[in-house]
Amino acid sequence: MTTVDSAIGTTKTMVLNMGPQHPSTHGVLRVVLELDGENVVSAVPDLGYLHTGIEKSCEDKTYSQAITLTDRIDYLNPLGNNLAYCLAVEKLLGLEVPKRAQYIRVMLVELQRISSHLVWLGTHALDMGAMSVMLYCFREREEILKIFERFAGQRMMTSFIRIGGVALQPPAGWREMVKRFVDMMPPRIDEYEALLTENRIWQGRLKGIGYLSPEKLVALSTTGPGLRAAGVPYDNRKVFPYSSYEEFQFDVPTRTESDCYARYLVRVAEIRESVKIVRQAMDKITDEGVIKAEVPGVIPPEREKMKTEMEALIYHFKIFTEGFSPAPGEAYAVVESPRGELGCFVASDGSPKPLRVHFRGPSFVNLQALPDMVKGQLIADTVACIGTIDIVLGEVDR
Amino acid sequence: MTQVANANASVVVEQLRAWNAQAVAQVLEYRGETTFVIPRELLRAVAFQCRDNPALSFNLLSDATCVDRFPLEPRFELNYQLVSLQRRVRVRLRTSVSGQQPTVESLVPVWQGANWMEREVFDLFGIRFDGHPDLRRILLPDGFEGFPLRRDFPVEGKR
Repeated sequence: MTTVDSAIGTTKTMVLNMGPQHPSTHGVLRVVLELDGENVVSAVPDLGYLHTGIEKSCEDKTYSQAITLTDRIDYLNPLGNNLAYCLAVEKLLGLEVPKRAQYIRVMLVELQRISSHLVWLGTHALDMGAMSVMLYCFREREEILKIFERFAGQRMMTSFIRIGGVALQPPAGWREMVKRFVDMMPPRIDEYEALLTENRIWQGRLKGIGYLSPEKLVALSTTGPGLRAAGVPYDNRKVFPYSSYEEFQFDVPTRTESDCYARYLVRVAEIRESVKIVRQAMDKITDEGVIKAEVPGVIPPEREKMKTEMEALIYHFKIFTEGFSPAPGEAYAVVESPRGELGCFVASDGSPKPLRVHFRGPSFVNLQALPDMVKGQLIADTVACIGTIDIVLGEVDR
Repeated sequence: MTQVANANASVVVEQLRAWNAQAVAQVLEYRGETTFVIPRELLRAVAFQCRDNPALSFNLLSDATCVDRFPLEPRFELNYQLVSLQRRVRVRLRTSVSGQQPTVESLVPVWQGANWMEREVFDLFGIRFDGHPDLRRILLPDGFEGFPLRRDFPVEGKR
């Protein structure tokens, strides 16, 4: 407890715990707030309540087994995590992924981005007191989860992206299903915007809140919509394209206000861009074709081959009992997750288990900006700031 | 793609060696990625060069992490992933730290974003960062004993 000078003279501050079970912290984040009345003097985030040691566990799994763990890091973006990890391992192996598999990856990851932004919009609106938006957003998210269920048999932890390609051929009727969704989505986005964008309460709660200058954000290593809302057009899909993103036409939405409202506008615009990318990916995915690279001893062979060829059977057995061993070396692969730059660092020592797997979670790094963002603002604005940083505690704590 | 990476690597090496002949001990090229091995004592000075030299301008620190090569010595390898937003390139800085005295200069004065990344490395590997403003455990509880991401820490935990 310290004393501060305020308009009415010298006052004593008070320390207040926000979380770890506070509904607006989106999980188990604890923020120790030092308050002068209702104004925040300082904020110290306290993390680790959800630490599960995923990086350590990866070291005890073979390269392909570790994929299932990556799903559970950022649980709103499991496919994006799979992709970052698989790109890193593929880089380590020097492996080329067939184009068709790359397009399937892009389509699914973009659907995942839409679903993640919908959860963000719904929960953030709920934090700000607009309950109906949440119900709208989860309605559309449900459609995306149904698509994932059709593709992978799982709604959330799909582990659908595998080393060298994807797990399965797209299911029968996938094209109609995805088309129905992308046709439905743009008018639904208009619906959310009709509820929020010009809403006076919404603007009052978000405009001018949580400003940080672009230089400050770069120094703090912030990436993703938070940085783009400050006018820095940094998007890994454009700047360092992966998985054939250079073949897709889309814009990187930016704003310059760098407040909570600008972050909201950037995310809504990103949903529209993702819909565009999904449409293009659908056209690029042919009805027939391969879904994974063919590398004996690394990529599991086709079921049919396994039953007719001796070598294929041996490789299959070896891959699932012992795994494969990339040459010693390191690789760092980066994808643009809904929250920013998701990096995956994989080091191999030539054994079938990775020496080190590290995830650079955008939520973890972006959350560093919170103390600077909320300094001098009201407690209620802290909720808005935590919301628009868009953290997923699974990724913060790993 | 590889050619661009190589051209970029030579620019960085030239600039850094022109500033200090000992700045880059080794340049590694693997799978299209460039790694500069930096002597441990020069790490912060090189980092300042990387950020402030207009020909380099690595203004974003993407990631900082550690690899434990136990039982080899020096066992720890710190990897810093840098991005230049203007020039659209990525490089990696690497420095080795011994197990007897795992200490290295903090890069928080260079990139503020290194704060939590270094706290995470301190928490899980037990490497001390000199000049760090707030070196506390970040993910594990304060009373936790040991450093779980070291290779000699059992996966199932200590009983």
